[in-house]
Amino acid sequence: MIAIVDYRAGNLASVRKAFDHLGREAVITADPEVIAQATKVVLPGVGNFEATTALSGALREAVVRAIEREVPLLGICLGMQWMFESSEEAPKLRGLGLFPGECEKFPAEVKSPHVGWNQLQVRGASRLLCGLAPDSFVYFTHSYRAPVVEATVGNCEYGGTFSAAVERGNLFGVQFHPEKSGEAGLQLLRNFCEL
Amino acid sequence: MLTKRIIACLDVDAGRVVKGVQFSDLRDAGDPAQLAHAHGRAGADEVVLLDISATYEDRSTLLDVVRRTARQLFIPFMVGGGIRSLDDAAAVFDAGADKVTVNSAALADPSLITRIAQRYGSQAVIVAIDALRVSNGKGMSYGVKATGGRRSTGRDAVEWAVEAEQCGAGEILLTSIDRDGTRGGFDCELTRAVVTAVNIPVIASGGAGAAEHFVEVFRDGRADAALAASIFHLGVTPIGALKQELQVAGIPMRWPC
Repeated sequence: MIAIVDYRAGNLASVRKAFDHLGREAVITADPEVIAQATKVVLPGVGNFEATTALSGALREAVVRAIEREVPLLGICLGMQWMFESSEEAPKLRGLGLFPGECEKFPAEVKSPHVGWNQLQVRGASRLLCGLAPDSFVYFTHSYRAPVVEATVGNCEYGGTFSAAVERGNLFGVQFHPEKSGEAGLQLLRNFCEL
Repeated sequence: MLTKRIIACLDVDAGRVVKGVQFSDLRDAGDPAQLAHAHGRAGADEVVLLDISATYEDRSTLLDVVRRTARQLFIPFMVGGGIRSLDDAAAVFDAGADKVTVNSAALADPSLITRIAQRYGSQAVIVAIDALRVSNGKGMSYGVKATGGRRSTGRDAVEWAVEAEQCGAGEILLTSIDRDGTRGGFDCELTRAVVTAVNIPVIASGGAGAAEHFVEVFRDGRADAALAASIFHLGVTPIGALKQELQVAGIPMRWPC
């Protein structure tokens, strides 16, 4: 069972709908016991980093335990940013720190938010991005971006290069929305289901 | 590279897709869910469902149509029409929309934009502006109309777009009433005026009739996205062919997709 962590940060239903379409059982939950039973965990989310305040206490602990059990974890958009150390958007909050660095605002010379279809430049081997055409178009909508780090497996260009996909072991994060990225996105979610 | 978006719009009245000329003379054009999926398969970058009679007839948005349309649609899905409160917006999001457009209710109370943005994020709130050219002796300006183009507001379209951005809008959906349904081309001057004034994406709407109109509105109007309805669902211009033409003209497109 895939647990979609409910921390009241939008797009939960679209993520579940995509798993339904792929024939996988997914539940939207804020219950640490359900997360403890999950074989995969998804951290969805759109909006302000401040929303990750809800990912504290028992919920944060449940996610950390799932990571310790080496359950595949997929952070989407804000969920991915939370896997980094912090974000300029809410400097007092701490992310999970699974990947190093701080998420930052786009430079002033480009429009923000970065909204629309942009290319995912795959770099290096990735289990998550397996089977995606090179430079596949995927759908983004965000105002802050994560730095390129050692675990970056997909880059995107918009006012400079940023991390569009990160992967290390069973930890995965994507800045774009696979549930809104047509066939390329469904392929990625299929890969995640089959891990 | 970030591509320019082609958005297929479904104007819905009483659960059916309709298309009018200059906001009236409605004709039946099919089932919303079916058309949305067909547009997605054909290469639309986004689908918009506008319940065009909702505000006027005081009906709530057709949530079952939204639900049915959203179920199998894996590209961004925007819904508007009749959204007057945070609760209306919440119901539309719950039914499967990714973004909502607000129009008349936001004109009456701009804080609605802020309240939706605070709960769902700015990316989820699109302010729809219906603009009409006004000749004021010295030159041309653009007035804002409410209630499906039926009521004047005394507001200026460019100023309202700026205010909407400040309130937390994530995008502007800008419709030229003068061009709506005419297939005579987008209003590039209007589009450029708004694009220049705000720092959020602007979706140009009203007047799409041929590929060159899209080239103009992306190049001269500097639009981030362009929306069309009748030319897509009446099969006048297949989206794939349009995107190929635009790509040849040097406009970045998601194609093939």
